[in-house]
Amino acid sequence: MAGKAIAMSKLKLQSLHKRNSELAQSNRQLEILSNGIFLDGSLTPFAQKIKETGQFPLRPKKLEILQINVGYMCNQVCEHCHVDAGPDRKEIMTVETMKQCLKVIRTTQAHTLDLTGGAPEMNPNFRWFVDEASKAGIKDFIVRSNLTIIRANKKYYDLPEFFKEHNIHVVSSMPHWTRGKTDKQRGDGVFDASIKALQELNAIGYGIPDSDLRLDLVYNPSGAFLPGDQASMEKDFKKALLKDFGIQFHNLFAITNLPISRFLDYLIASENYEDYMYSLVEAYNPSAVQNVMCTNTISIGWDGWLYDCDFNQMLDLKVASKVNHINNYNEELLNDRNIIISQHCYGCTAGAGSSCQGTVAP
Amino acid sequence: MLYYDPKDLRKFGNITEWSEELGTKFFDYYGKVFEEGALTAREKSLIALAVAHTEQCPYCIDSYTMDGLQRGVTKEEMMEAVHVGAAIKSGATLVSSVMMMNKVNKLDG
Repeated sequence: MAGKAIAMSKLKLQSLHKRNSELAQSNRQLEILSNGIFLDGSLTPFAQKIKETGQFPLRPKKLEILQINVGYMCNQVCEHCHVDAGPDRKEIMTVETMKQCLKVIRTTQAHTLDLTGGAPEMNPNFRWFVDEASKAGIKDFIVRSNLTIIRANKKYYDLPEFFKEHNIHVVSSMPHWTRGKTDKQRGDGVFDASIKALQELNAIGYGIPDSDLRLDLVYNPSGAFLPGDQASMEKDFKKALLKDFGIQFHNLFAITNLPISRFLDYLIASENYEDYMYSLVEAYNPSAVQNVMCTNTISIGWDGWLYDCDFNQMLDLKVASKVNHINNYNEELLNDRNIIISQHCYGCTAGAGSSCQGTVAP
Repeated sequence: MLYYDPKDLRKFGNITEWSEELGTKFFDYYGKVFEEGALTAREKSLIALAVAHTEQCPYCIDSYTMDGLQRGVTKEEMMEAVHVGAAIKSGATLVSSVMMMNKVNKLDG
């Protein structure tokens, strides 16, 4: 038994790709999401659901956010990672692709640039890219930092200062204000390292109430349940982190776990898949549909392909447009497209809705 | 307990089909009770969890365990709440032993 438990915990430290899991294949994930309870009529497929409220096909509005994934490599192997990121993922954006991205960043109408990964800081050209991109005058420049990277190696220790110099808006994941729940989802030692990193960010002005140095936290549930009310959670997080560790931050974004990749694997393995899909569908909120992030965001993959959102990127669902790669980017043409949807989209329309910027329902 | 099927919880709303007025009034009342008030919604959720246990209602236990998780309630907080319910239950049993003592004292004192 002990041997089996050790073998399982070792597997948990590897990505689905490394494990050669069938769920590493996007086709297999889409197949699971389209069959079973959605095929036998128990639940309504997403396309049909939004047709009922006259919202099909889903179309983009004005582009506001360019989200760039600079690589799937990460120092963590979080249990629910939709990217299936980890130290064993070698997909990294090249300088050539970054240069193409910079051309777009200099001309885009989007007011927000959002760098994500993996741990974006692990891309060897991350600092050069941030340096160049910050010259483009984008209003809001986000880096999604997992916090522990700041403490992972001395070459990263000065990241808080680097972020400050470039006026980076830091957005970081924090599944709970307690060690147990955080480490369960994100790995042993993550909580303590995250707390230390947050304290360092606070020490140079990040997250302090009147500071322009923005520090937001992302909360996503540690298990097979939906996030609670974002404002209440923010209140609880702020109270606990201030009381226990003297930590401050600006906003909390509550994000729903989408049933793809490692979270889908977890749902199936824990026999929670059907109940979770029921809870997403039952919480369907038509008013969240009009503001889902795919309507104002373009997601750019590490290899330059374009997607409606980060989740579609992980499912390899490229934009339905002739303009589908950074090398032939044309914002006007790109905006004239239908957004690709599947059952995972219920994750963004449940309750108050969900996006990389938190809830979306008006 | 014998007939408990977790899937039945999804049908709870259907009770209005057989008595629309009363069902609707109940759900309106229920919703209002759990709104943020003098007590926070989080505190109410923990009270509901404790009562769910003393009532031994499996649907309620499922519901308020899930509700607590969604609110970020920790398992330690949940268990403490259940102990409050258990303490009241056992206290209610034990305090009744005063009646037994009274009776014994009267009959055989």
